[in-house]
Amino acid sequence: MKLYCLSNDPNKPCHILTFREITMMLDCGLSMQSLLNFLPLSFVPSNKLMNLPNWMPSDTTDPDLEGELKENGDRVFVDSPPEFCPPLDKLIDFSRVDVILISNYLCMMALPFITEGTGFKGRVYATEPTLQIGRLLLEELVVYIEQCPKSSFASQWKNFVHKCPYPLNESFKPKSWRQIYNMKDVNASLSRIQMVGYNEKIDVYGALQVIPASSGLCLGSANWVISTEHEKVVYLSGSSTLTTHPRPMDHQSLKNADVLIMTDLTQTPISNPDSMLGVLCVVVGLTLRGGGNVLIPCYPTGVVYDLFECLSGKMAELGVSNCPMFFVSPVADISLAYSNILAEWLSSVKQNKVYVPDEPFPHAMLVKNNKLKHFKHIYSDGFSTDFQEPCVVFCGHPSLRYGDVVQFIELWGNNPRNCIVFTEPDFDYIEALAPYQPLQIKVAHCAIDTSLNFTQANKLIKDLKPKTLVVPECYTQPPVSAPNLTELVIGTHAESSVIPYKWGEVINLPLKRKQGQVYFEPNVAQKIIPVEVKPGISLSTVTGTLNVKDNVHNIQDFSSESKTDKLVKYEWGTLNITEFMQKLSQEGVTDGKVESLGGVVVIHLQDEDALIQLEDNSTHVVCNADENLRTKIRNIVMQCLKKF
Amino acid sequence: MPDIKVTPLGAGQDVGRSCLLLSMGGKNIMLDCGMHMGYNDERRFPDFSYIADGPITAFIDCVIISHFHLDHCGALPFMSEMIGYSGPIYMTHPTKAIAPILLEDMRKVSVEKKGEQNFFTSQMIKDCMKKVVAVTLHQSVMVDTDIEIKAYYAGHVLGAAMFWIKVGNQSVVYTGDYNMTPDRHLGAAWIDKCRPDLLISESTYATTIRDSKRCREKDFLKKVHECVDRGGKVLIPVFALGRAQELCILLETYWERMNLKAPIYFALGLTEKANNYYKMFITWTNQKIRKTFVQRNMFDFKHIKAFDRQYIDNPGPMVVFATPGMLHAGLSLQIFKKWAPNENNMIIMPGFCVQGTVGHKILNGAKKVEFENRQVVEVKMAVEYMSFSAHADAKGIMQLIQHCEPRNVLLVHGEAAKMQFLKEKIQQEFSIECFNPANGETSVISTPVKIPIDVSLPLLKAEAKKFSSLAPDPKRRRTLHGVLVMKENSTCLMDVDEACKEAGISRHVVRFTSTVQMTDAGPSLTTAHKLQMLLKEKLPLSSVIFSEGEISVETVLVKVEGDDDDDQKSVYVSWTNQDEELGSQILNVITNIKQF
Repeated sequence: MKLYCLSNDPNKPCHILTFREITMMLDCGLSMQSLLNFLPLSFVPSNKLMNLPNWMPSDTTDPDLEGELKENGDRVFVDSPPEFCPPLDKLIDFSRVDVILISNYLCMMALPFITEGTGFKGRVYATEPTLQIGRLLLEELVVYIEQCPKSSFASQWKNFVHKCPYPLNESFKPKSWRQIYNMKDVNASLSRIQMVGYNEKIDVYGALQVIPASSGLCLGSANWVISTEHEKVVYLSGSSTLTTHPRPMDHQSLKNADVLIMTDLTQTPISNPDSMLGVLCVVVGLTLRGGGNVLIPCYPTGVVYDLFECLSGKMAELGVSNCPMFFVSPVADISLAYSNILAEWLSSVKQNKVYVPDEPFPHAMLVKNNKLKHFKHIYSDGFSTDFQEPCVVFCGHPSLRYGDVVQFIELWGNNPRNCIVFTEPDFDYIEALAPYQPLQIKVAHCAIDTSLNFTQANKLIKDLKPKTLVVPECYTQPPVSAPNLTELVIGTHAESSVIPYKWGEVINLPLKRKQGQVYFEPNVAQKIIPVEVKPGISLSTVTGTLNVKDNVHNIQDFSSESKTDKLVKYEWGTLNITEFMQKLSQEGVTDGKVESLGGVVVIHLQDEDALIQLEDNSTHVVCNADENLRTKIRNIVMQCLKKF
Repeated sequence: MPDIKVTPLGAGQDVGRSCLLLSMGGKNIMLDCGMHMGYNDERRFPDFSYIADGPITAFIDCVIISHFHLDHCGALPFMSEMIGYSGPIYMTHPTKAIAPILLEDMRKVSVEKKGEQNFFTSQMIKDCMKKVVAVTLHQSVMVDTDIEIKAYYAGHVLGAAMFWIKVGNQSVVYTGDYNMTPDRHLGAAWIDKCRPDLLISESTYATTIRDSKRCREKDFLKKVHECVDRGGKVLIPVFALGRAQELCILLETYWERMNLKAPIYFALGLTEKANNYYKMFITWTNQKIRKTFVQRNMFDFKHIKAFDRQYIDNPGPMVVFATPGMLHAGLSLQIFKKWAPNENNMIIMPGFCVQGTVGHKILNGAKKVEFENRQVVEVKMAVEYMSFSAHADAKGIMQLIQHCEPRNVLLVHGEAAKMQFLKEKIQQEFSIECFNPANGETSVISTPVKIPIDVSLPLLKAEAKKFSSLAPDPKRRRTLHGVLVMKENSTCLMDVDEACKEAGISRHVVRFTSTVQMTDAGPSLTTAHKLQMLLKEKLPLSSVIFSEGEISVETVLVKVEGDDDDDQKSVYVSWTNQDEELGSQILNVITNIKQF
C-alpha cells in the first residue's frame, strides 16, 4: 500500500492511495494561496488599483515583463487573471485513478483539473450536500473570475520570481499554476459524481469497501473508511467535534484502524472558535451602533449559516436589529434554499424541526421578515433600492481578490467607522488587504475554524487507537506562527506509530495483507472431514474449483470430474521403526537390514532390491519397477503414519 | 440448509392491513404494521396473538415501515403501545414526519366521529413515534450485530422506501408499495443488483399493464372539464399527501392553460402543512421539481383554494379534493352523501379502494349505498375510476425482478386470483420459485448459503500466478487446494506447509522412486526427449515440462541415466504419496514401453 501526497496545503488535501491494485484519490483540494499574489479583479475599474506603479527587478530590463508586476507598499502583485496551484500531476497519471473519494465541499475545488482533459475514467463519490454545495462553490468561483475578463495573461514574471520581494519570491511552484476551469468543465466534472449516503457501503471493484462516516464539519462532510475483510484504513479529513449545524461526527466507525491518515486540522490552532464568535458579535454590535457598516468576506455556505443565526440574535439583543443583513453571492439564493432541504444531514436539534414542519435554519424566517436580504450581485435588480446603511454585508471572496467584496472595500475602505471582519481561516488577512492599503476601515480578525485542534486530534487518536498514524509532516512540528507552542503538534502515541509525509512524496504504508476471503459452496463444506491433530486444532484438506468473479472467490465442488474427486491427504508425525519392521515381517519381508547413519535410518531389502530411507520428517522408498512390492511397502508406511 | 420463513398477518392474498413476519438466521422482523380500512371490528388490525399472547418485544427484533399510508403503518401505535412492543422501529425521515399526522387524523375520525372504543390515544401516537429510528436512503443500518438494513427509493409516495434486510449471509428485499415510472412529483423506484435470496413484492396491479400515463391524465382532465362545463360538481376523494399533490399540479397547470374560472378547493387544513413537507423533503421528489425549487415552488398553487364546509351547498360548478381517499369516513363521505343524488355531478376515485368501503361499493356499480343509521343514498352522479395510484404494474414488477435478480419471489398486497396469474408468469420468465401465502400461512424458502472462509494470501497468490502463467484456455478449470485449519475461534485455509506450522506439527513426506531398466541406443538425453513425447501423448491433461535433464509431469519427476554408448538406460520415476495415482500411472506407462 502506497500513499502519494499531491497537495502542499494540508487544508486543501489531495492524496493517492494504492491498495489491492486499486488507485484511489482521497480528496482533490485546490490550494488558493497563489491568489494573494495577484491584483484584485474589479468589474468597475478601480482608479486606485489601475494606477499602481509598475515594478521591475532592479537589474532587469526585459520588455516582456513590462506591466506584469505592480507595486503597492512593500508588496508586488501580478496584474493578470488569478492562477491556482492544482494537485501535482507528475507522480501519477490521472487516467489511472479508479476512484475519487471527496470528504467535503471545501476539498473538491480541483476536481475539474483532475477529471477533465486527463483521460480520467474512474468514479467519483461524494454525499448529496457535498455535490450540491460544492457545485455552488465551483460555480461561484467561475462566475467571479469570468465576470471580470482581463485582456492579457501575465506569464513572464514566473521567470523572475527569485528576484521579486517577499512574499512573491516564496510562492510555491508558480510555473505549475493554471488558469481556472470554465463552466463546461465544472458541469462535466460534477456529472461524474455518484451521490452516496452516510454509512452507505460502496463496493469498489469487489476488492475494497468504502464507507463515508459523518465528520461533523459541515453539511454532508465525511471521513472515509476503506476496508477489506481483514484490513481497515481510515482517511480522516476535515472533522469537528463541536456542536454546530451539521450531523455530529461519527467516531465509532473510525476505531481500530490499521492505518489512519489524518489531515485538514484547524488553521487557527491558537484561537477558539467560540470566543472568536463572541468577539465577532461584539465587533458587529459596536460598529453598527457607531453608525458604521460591517463587511464580512465569506464563502456562500458553511459557517455563514451559523453567523446569520447567531448575529441576528445578538443584534436584537443590542438593539440594532433594524440594521439589515445582506448576503451577496451569485449562489446566495440557492445556498439558502438548499440548506433548508437537507434536513437528513443536520444535527438532531435542527432535524427535529422538520417534523413540525419548520425550516431547520432560522435564515428562512430572517428572509421572510426582511432581516436578511440576498442578492446575486450588487448590480442585481433591487439591491440599490433595498440597500440601507448601516448594515452587515456577507459576500465573497475571502481572499479579497474577486467577487463583490472588492467593490465594498472601495466603497467603505476609507471610513474608519466601518469595519471588515475576517471570519474565514483560509487566507492571511494582512496579505489579503495588502493591495488595497492604505485603508481607514477598521480590521477585525475573528477566524472561526471549527476543525479539530491539536488537543482534540490527539485525544481522538488515543480514542481511535490506529496501529499506524499518517500525518502531514508540518503537524509533527509546532506551527510556523507559534514555534514555541510545542504542544501544538501531533504527539507520540503509545499504541500507534507515526509516519509523517510531505508534498511530492510517495510513502510505503506498513500494511501487509496476510489473509483474503473465499466462499465455500455448501457441498464443499459438507466434504470437510476435520481431523483433530492437537486438542482444539483440527485440519482437513479442501479441494475445489475456484471461480473468481468481480474479485470474489468462490470454491465449488468438483461434481462431475470423478478423477480428481479423490481426496488428497497428508501424512504427519514420525515413523516408528520397530513397529514398521514388525509390520514388514508380518507381510513376509524379513530380510531387512537396518543401518543407522546420523539421523537417517536405511533399511535395505536385499532380496527385493529395495531401499527404504527413513528420517524424522520423511520416508523415501526406492525400488525397481515391481509394483506389487512397492504397494506392499506403501501400505505398511501408511499404517505407521498419522494422516489428515 | 437454513430457511427463510414469511408469514403474512395481513396483505396475504389481500390488499390492506399490510403486516408480514419475516424469520431468518434466528431473527424475527416485522415488515409494516398496517390497518384494514374496510373493517370497524378487530379485523381492522393484524392478529398479533399469532406472535404471542401479550407483549411481543421478546419475539420481534425490529419493525420496518415502508411508507406512511395507513394500510402500512395504521396499526403501529396499537401494536407498540397497546399490545406492547418496545424494540426499534425503522422508517425514512419523511415517513417519520408524516405518519403521525395521518395516524392522528384517522384516530380523530374513528374515535370522535364514529365513537369507537379501545382505540389508541394521541399520546400513544407520540410515544410510539419516539421509538422510531429514521433512516436515510442507502445508509447501511446495523439493527444489532446480525441484522443490517438499507433503504432504497420506492416512488409511490413521499418517503416511500423498499428495504433490503440482511441477516448473516441471507438477504431479503421488501418492496412495500412502489412505482416503476416517475410521475409528476416523484421519481421511479430504483434498486441495484443486490441479488437477494427473496424478494417480497406488492402486486396490487398484478395483471394490469397500464396505458400510457399521458393518456390517463388527458382522460382525467377531459372528464373534469366536461363536468364543470355542464355546471356539475366534481368530488375527488384523496389522502392528504401523495396523489393529491400530483393531481393538484395537474389541474393547476390545466386551469392556467385553459383559463378556466370554476373554483378548485382543497379540503382540510392539512394542505398547506402537507405542501410544507413536500418543500422540506424536496430531495425525495423527482429531478424536475428538485431542479426548479429555488426559482419556483411547485407546491404553491394559484388556482387551488382552501375549502370550507359551507361551500358544499354552493350553487355552480366546482372541483373539490377531500379526504379520506376511500370514502370510508370524514369529509369526503359527507360531501358524497350530498352530491351523489345529482346526475350532473361526478366523483373521480383516483386510487384503489379496499373491500367494505363506500368507495369500493360504488366502484362496483352500487346504485344505492346504505349507512349504519339506515340512511340510504342514491348514487346518480357519474362514478369514474381513474388509476393514478402509483403502484407498479405487471410490467413494473417484472422489471424490478430483473433489476435485483432475486433467487425467490413472494407476492403480497394483491388479490389472490391476480397473484396466481403473475406467479405463473414469474416462474415461467425467470425460472425462479414464487410464493403467495395467505394470511396466517407460512412460506418456507430454503436458500443455499455460501460460507465465508479466511484464506491465506500466499495460497491465493500461488494459484493466481500458476493460472496466469498458463496459456489462456476457456475450458480450463481453476482449482484451489489447501488445508483448512480449524481452531477454537478462527478458521483459515492455507497451504499444507503453512497449515502444519500453524498447527505445530511436522509433516511427514513419503516419497517413492522406482527404477525401470530399458534398452534404447543413443544418448540418454534423446531417450528423455522420446519419453517426454510419449508422456505428453498419454497424459494430454497434464503439463509435461522438460528442464535441466529432467521431465516433470505436474510434480512427478522422470529422469534418465546411462552412458551415451550404452544401450541400457535406467529411468527413475519419483513422486510423493500425494501423487500416488499419477506416479503409478506414469510408472506403468514407462514399464510397458517395449520399443520406441
